[in-house]
Amino acid sequence: MSAPEIRAEARRALGICDACGYCNGFCDLFEAARRRPALTEADLAHLANLCHACRNCFHACQYAPPHVFAVNIPLALARMRHQSYLDHVWPRALAPLLNRPVATVVWVTLGAILLLFGLMLAVAPANGGVTVGTDTGVGAFYRVLPWSAMVWIGVLPLGWSALAIGIGWRRYWTLTRPKDTVANEAVQPGRALWSTLADILDLRNLRGGGPGCNDLDARFSHWRRRLHQTLLSGLGLSFAATLAATLYHHGLGLEAPYPVLSAPVLLGTLGGLALLVAVLGLGWIEWRADPAPLAPEARRLDRAFLGLLSVVAGSGLALLVWRSTPAMAPLLGVHLGTVLAFFLLLPYSKFVHSGYRAIALVRESLDRVSIRRDNA
Amino acid sequence: MIGGGAAALCAAITARRAGCSVLLAEQAPEPLRGGNTRHSRNLRLSHDAPTPFTHGVYPATEFWSELARATEGTADPLLGRLFVERSAGITDWLIEAGVPLQPIAGGVLPESRRTAFLLGGGKTLLNRLYALAEQLGVEIRYGCEIRDPVIEDGRLITLTVRLDGTSYPSTPRTTIACCGGAQANRAWLRRHWGAAADGFINRGTPFASGELLESLLRQGVRPVGDPKAAYLVAVDARSPADDGGIATRVRCMPEGIVVDAHGRRRHDEGGDTASTRYALWGQRLAGWPDQTGYLILDARGLCAAPPALYPPIQAASLDELAGRLGIGSATLRATVADYNAAVRAPTDKRDDWHTVGLDPPKSRHAHPLIEPPFGVYPMRPGITFTYQGLAVDERARVRLTAGGVVENLFAAGMIMAPNLMARGYVSGLALSIGLVFGRLAGEEAARHVRA
Repeated sequence: MSAPEIRAEARRALGICDACGYCNGFCDLFEAARRRPALTEADLAHLANLCHACRNCFHACQYAPPHVFAVNIPLALARMRHQSYLDHVWPRALAPLLNRPVATVVWVTLGAILLLFGLMLAVAPANGGVTVGTDTGVGAFYRVLPWSAMVWIGVLPLGWSALAIGIGWRRYWTLTRPKDTVANEAVQPGRALWSTLADILDLRNLRGGGPGCNDLDARFSHWRRRLHQTLLSGLGLSFAATLAATLYHHGLGLEAPYPVLSAPVLLGTLGGLALLVAVLGLGWIEWRADPAPLAPEARRLDRAFLGLLSVVAGSGLALLVWRSTPAMAPLLGVHLGTVLAFFLLLPYSKFVHSGYRAIALVRESLDRVSIRRDNA
Repeated sequence: MIGGGAAALCAAITARRAGCSVLLAEQAPEPLRGGNTRHSRNLRLSHDAPTPFTHGVYPATEFWSELARATEGTADPLLGRLFVERSAGITDWLIEAGVPLQPIAGGVLPESRRTAFLLGGGKTLLNRLYALAEQLGVEIRYGCEIRDPVIEDGRLITLTVRLDGTSYPSTPRTTIACCGGAQANRAWLRRHWGAAADGFINRGTPFASGELLESLLRQGVRPVGDPKAAYLVAVDARSPADDGGIATRVRCMPEGIVVDAHGRRRHDEGGDTASTRYALWGQRLAGWPDQTGYLILDARGLCAAPPALYPPIQAASLDELAGRLGIGSATLRATVADYNAAVRAPTDKRDDWHTVGLDPPKSRHAHPLIEPPFGVYPMRPGITFTYQGLAVDERARVRLTAGGVVENLFAAGMIMAPNLMARGYVSGLALSIGLVFGRLAGEEAARHVRA
């Protein structure tokens, strides 16, 4: 479907929702749509990113196919959401990566691992050859690859990704932010940000108004919401592990590998396990879910990102398990390669949804706060 | 169970829990299952204290007096009192069965003391109750039609089951008829409404054929209600012939004027502003030429109009509009000019825009139609249900014209709703009748089976 066709279908379907309104208890989407009867391009982008793809409204819809109205909001908005990712990606020339996410993840990850092996071989002579034996001593990792090289393969791609994502999210905010300056002045942005944070931590829009979401079929469940937060915790713990390791390295002057009962290893292990559990759970839901309300392009993006996270977490845990064996050096190469690929692909993967969704939630919170003030 | 809506599901679940083996025959295919429950949204219930789903209190006595008034005294007092009493138990039963209701705390529902709203509407209720029925071991057949009932000596002797193009006889020990009214049956409508029936749009399921109802009446079952009556609502004339549901309603008559196919006004558009106006306009349209009315709005009215299923037909001038509607442009221009000339602005705060010296008048909201573009919602009567059903006793047993009951035939839902409303309607009533009498019929049928 072309972008204008995607927009036309989203407008048509949401127009029927505006006239019906039965689903307004599931999430914020339907009242937000009613407040925007014009359904401009910016409105559609906002509504698409506000939709958490819970699918309740599809299974509850009296007009779902085979009804002649053929209303399928999760599908229409998933397409619209994907289109908004394409519209805001920076640089634009890399938009095709989002349309071929599985191939992108596979090739970038393989390329990154090869690069790491190349670097390891390049520095090997200086360290007396590639470590083939068992090396468990202090600084063993840095005899495989020097600390400075590790820092560069972290900082450079992350810097690029932060720039690219920042530009995309900024463009999106510019498109959908409140244009009415009077209303804008009337709200207290602080309150809106707090309520957005609460919405993100609770994933309120995935509660389906209480009973949960139609993860697999018309049954209600809270598993997708819980697994998503498990994934988020896993990323948080992994990040915390990196911070702790930095502190150990610079603050305490201790060199990796750290003992099992140390903050970096404990945090990293917990983070890795949380990621693995979440990825397996979400992958299972993805695999077993009724495909009718899902868009193929969105599913590909989901699968590619889950796959990438699973190799990052899996290789990290494998490195922990076998770090005292001759497998340490290749595992370190594989793990660092997957992390490099993850950093590089942040702006060209499902990861971008976090910012667009957060912005959509901020936008809704601003609306809610201003409505509350109007009523007061 | 004959039927697959809320009444049939409540009856099936109740009878199955009481230990009966139950077969539920739903005429629709699975995706369109559930009769008009699929299009429902809220249910009316009495309650003596505020609940998470309803404001305030709604005593059974108040429910009964409102029911009696709205149905112009046609409600059977015995069944009616039983109904309003038992309606208090609906929400607990639904929640226990896994059907989510929408809490009022969400702040997006109209404030309602009398009705509770289903979260996501009737299809969510159907999904949950079908899943529960399956889990309990109710056998469910889709695309399964039940016909040709034979009643002898106060007993239902046999039925014919049609499934996958094959017919075979069936002799259940007990049967519960929950298969709704006859609103989707064009022949029925033509018989009672004449050619006007062709101008009707069926808002609900295309499977409400009323064929079982008719054959039971032919077998000597006592009819209740009025075969000529129907609950009609003004809907967009461009709606599909069946199944358009709630979204097809046209709602903003007070914002404009309504003309017939000749371009003339026929009724005060400002007279009824309560939600009852949908049904009043539906009845009116049924008597108009081609069963068609055109709601005409100007730019102001178009802005004030609530969201609608189809965009209004728009034109820059009245002449252009008349051309697009096939109305004489001189008549339409004259109608609008007469109306505009009669419009008076309010003189004090309690007053509203109104007309003076116009017949028919527009008593409220009579803003002049002057600002282009002009827009039109074409309207037709949308039939929601018919008002003839099977008479039942207080145990939901089907009664015979000759006296007595069919001991092994029960009825629940819209097929027996005319016992409680032979005319009129109040919101949430149909679903509550299905839920209350479905459970009652299920209990009584199980008792009969075990006796």
